[in-house]
Amino acid sequence: MNECVVCGAAVTVADDAVIGELLECPECGSELEVTGLKPVVLSEAPETEEDWGQ
Amino acid sequence: MTRISIVGGSGYSGGELLRLVLFHPDCEVAQVTSERFAGKFVHSVHPNLRQVTQLKFCAVDELAPCDVLLLCLPHGETMRRIDEFERLAPKLIDLSADFRLHDEDSYQRWYGGAHVRPDLLGSFAYGIPERHRAAIRDATRVACAGCNATASILALGPLVGAGLVESVVIEVKAGSSEGGNAASAASHHPERSGAVRSYQPTGHRHVGEMHQELGQLPIHFSATAIEMVRGILATCHVFLAEVLEEKAVWQLYRAAYGEEPFVRMVKERSGIYRYPEPKLLAGSNYCDIGFARDRTSNRLVVISAIDNLMKGAAGQAVQCLNIMCRFEETAGLRFPGLHPI
Repeated sequence: MNECVVCGAAVTVADDAVIGELLECPECGSELEVTGLKPVVLSEAPETEEDWGQ
Repeated sequence: MTRISIVGGSGYSGGELLRLVLFHPDCEVAQVTSERFAGKFVHSVHPNLRQVTQLKFCAVDELAPCDVLLLCLPHGETMRRIDEFERLAPKLIDLSADFRLHDEDSYQRWYGGAHVRPDLLGSFAYGIPERHRAAIRDATRVACAGCNATASILALGPLVGAGLVESVVIEVKAGSSEGGNAASAASHHPERSGAVRSYQPTGHRHVGEMHQELGQLPIHFSATAIEMVRGILATCHVFLAEVLEEKAVWQLYRAAYGEEPFVRMVKERSGIYRYPEPKLLAGSNYCDIGFARDRTSNRLVVISAIDNLMKGAAGQAVQCLNIMCRFEETAGLRFPGLHPI
């Protein structure tokens, strides 16, 4: 079991996951990217922000 | 079936209680009172209940003994008639402000008059189950919390409990049903429509409850009435004693509310509803809580949303009823709200 880097919730990564695979945290909804294997490393996936400040 | 009577059933909270109890799997409505509408069908006042029930309002003097009395009277009435109500039912749940505060001086300060039954102050469990479930389970009297207090206390409780708060500024946006069903010049449509009304920038009575629950930290509270019928959005600007990483905030709230049936964490990075949104909660008993950390200061913004008539009044009362009567805590409260609305 892995941990979301944003909220710390438990995140399941499939045994056959590959580098670059995207996952969604079930608790905070953050998009996580598999950036390492053996051991699995998760990073927060880059995101294009909406600009609501006009 | 547990027999419930509702005292003061013609207001908005009374109507919500009727809607909930009429569909509760373990309860039935025995009587509903209204002095003004005695003898009339309840659906003449609450039209959403047409063909749901043929109940008629009765006067308080006509009440028969029952299992639980739900009291929705104007502030000041419950304390005046408490002995009469205690003779009618072994369990009381009061939705007014009369017994929320446990201290006579505090009542005097926030309500501007002497309490007529100070001997009973402190004898009511405070009706926020997420903080007082055990006391509510064993109680014969429960005082439901104020709606703004409920939204604010649930938002702040985990942080305050961990000793992390130096001070807080709370800005509540509230729907018009908070003001009850009595019309006034201020509620006249041409005056009210489109208004963003600062109706209590300082000195709101619910702050007394917040201090009782959260302690004497500085709490600065303002309320603004907006173009909404149901709902409260409490934006709490929390000034922290120490900088907290986002993950630590998540863990704090998850520990406090992870097992709670009616508190949800709402903080999403995409989509339309990224933070709590009261309109999605209309008719539901949820309190949604989200947060955002200011990376340039010690400010943490905690946002909570409820339906003021549900988690802030009738839904909270039914949740307490379920706990007191050992029913499933979510019984009668599973409506998830509507989308779109």
